[in-house]
Amino acid sequence: MAGSTPASATASAPAVDAGHGAGTTPAGASARPRVSPWEEAWRRFRKHRLAVASAVVLSFIILAVLVGPLFWTVAIDEIDFRARLQGPSFAHPLGTDDLGQDLLARMLYGGRISLAVGFAAMLVAVLLGTLIGSLAGMASGPVDAALMWLTDLFLSLPELPLLLLVIYLFREPLRQVVGPEMGVFILIVGVIGGFRWMPVARLVRAQFFSLREKEFVEAARALGASTPRLVLHHILPNALGPVIVAATIDIAAAIIAESTLSFLGLGFPPDVPTWGRLLFDAKDNLDFAPHWALFPGLAIFFTVLTINFVGDGLRDALDPRRVI
Amino acid sequence: MTQYLIRRLLIAIPSLLGISVILFTVLALAPGDPFEELATNPAIPPEVRMQLRASLGLDDPIHMRYFAWLTSMLRGEWGFSFVSRIDVDQLIMQRLPTTLLVIGTSQIVALAVALPVGVLAGTRPYSTFDKVANTLAFVGFSLPTFFTGLLFILFFSVYLGWLPFVYRTNIAGSGLPWVWEHIKQMIMPVMVLGLFQGAALVRFVRSAVLDVIRLDYVTTARSKGLAERRVVMKHVVRNALIPVVTLIALQMPIVFGGAIVTEQIFRVPGIGSLLISAILSNDTPVIMAVTFVFSCLVIFFNLMADVLYGWLDPRISYR
Repeated sequence: MAGSTPASATASAPAVDAGHGAGTTPAGASARPRVSPWEEAWRRFRKHRLAVASAVVLSFIILAVLVGPLFWTVAIDEIDFRARLQGPSFAHPLGTDDLGQDLLARMLYGGRISLAVGFAAMLVAVLLGTLIGSLAGMASGPVDAALMWLTDLFLSLPELPLLLLVIYLFREPLRQVVGPEMGVFILIVGVIGGFRWMPVARLVRAQFFSLREKEFVEAARALGASTPRLVLHHILPNALGPVIVAATIDIAAAIIAESTLSFLGLGFPPDVPTWGRLLFDAKDNLDFAPHWALFPGLAIFFTVLTINFVGDGLRDALDPRRVI
Repeated sequence: MTQYLIRRLLIAIPSLLGISVILFTVLALAPGDPFEELATNPAIPPEVRMQLRASLGLDDPIHMRYFAWLTSMLRGEWGFSFVSRIDVDQLIMQRLPTTLLVIGTSQIVALAVALPVGVLAGTRPYSTFDKVANTLAFVGFSLPTFFTGLLFILFFSVYLGWLPFVYRTNIAGSGLPWVWEHIKQMIMPVMVLGLFQGAALVRFVRSAVLDVIRLDYVTTARSKGLAERRVVMKHVVRNALIPVVTLIALQMPIVFGGAIVTEQIFRVPGIGSLLISAILSNDTPVIMAVTFVFSCLVIFFNLMADVLYGWLDPRISYR
């Protein structure tokens, strides 16, 4: 796809090219060790150095956010007016905000939410996209045309204004039903996922169109496999590669979308310090407390950047046609 | 060409209708009754409230309400802003030129960055320049606009003190200094939006160039003895740009999202910041109208891209 750097640029002249996964290894090449598709993918992924480095950094961020609060046990809402707007120090490694609250603790907590929103919204988008894409891909004819029209329609919707509109209209009622934090979480995840399924749907449909005519699917059909079985056991697993790549990119996009909402002051309630919310609070104190904005901003940037690079590496790794 | 234009216009109408259906559904599904206030007001008896509802058509079947809403939207009757106390269409017409100016200029910046870099990277695939450009492009579109905006303010306004970080419409003076003041306050919003967009475009341009440069006609042009520069500029770039036009149009929804954020950061008085302030002050007619305008703009730009595509690529014109 567009401009990804296949590892061949960095790792020139590969020594071994172990066929395209184990399944297609010809009998004549039996001397080669048998490699499973996943091992093959890992071998390809490792060649994308930036992707590997990004995977390490990303794992570190995720780990820090998950277990960090166990070690850094400062409360996120501990107000200390003697330590207002301080820069990084030993007591507060990332400094404090205008109420003297510890930024490291707040960022670790906020990171959990930002990442959770990213993953959950990705799941919604991928499930919805796979469902619609496989429906269109199997149905063809008028159903396919209608679903694709819907997909194109959603693609031309202005995402952010609509996100804002939906959140504006539905926030209060949901808050009353499931509480402020859970309500906003469900709303944001649902809406971001609901506006991001289109690329996945198109990918899955395209994959279905080519895969359903393949001999192995025909063979399975001849053996009497039902349509659901054909879809779930034979077509979908083979269509998974591009979907995984799209899903990875979707996490990054969802994190940006959530941070944007929070940055506009329309995401989570003010007492939930997501990374975007921290930036929103920090932006009026930019001239005398730049650290307050820099650290959450860098956290968003590095998370998104590493996810994008990992997605790029996965694209190289999961496309067996690409020669590395 | 005329036929093509008409067909494209006809295709745009259902999508506009589809978007209006989605907007209306969202509005209709939203809980909350505009007459809630009257219901709790003891001075108004329930019968009067019912009559009011009926006279405004609130009890009509849903499709009737949709058509009533759509006709008034299309006729520009967007209602009255609760907060600003003027008609919504007037309010939007005041703000729209600023938004279009910022978006348009930033698109030019994006193209000015993406075209040379993308073409250079595409003609030298896997070179050092390509790798550096690719990595920078990744960095560029992984930096959210709100963070770049804050970084720009921090560096150019707070640290260097070169540029103003609040957009003012009431700049006094005339002549060149006045123009210069306006340009100065445009620089940061435009750069934030333009660089973000440019980073995404670099990769599109690069892969489009890569697709074209392997084709036989390029080899022919080279073997005729044309200078490499001429081959690239006249033969490769012209054809590589055709798909890029469509991609720019497809990016429009994202650009509008970015415009809302940048307008909010730099307090640019466009429709994006209007939307945010309307949401913060519960000004429903304005929110609906701005969302509608954004949707129309997206459809309009898609239409423009289709028309441009038909003009640039005669192969598809008469299908």
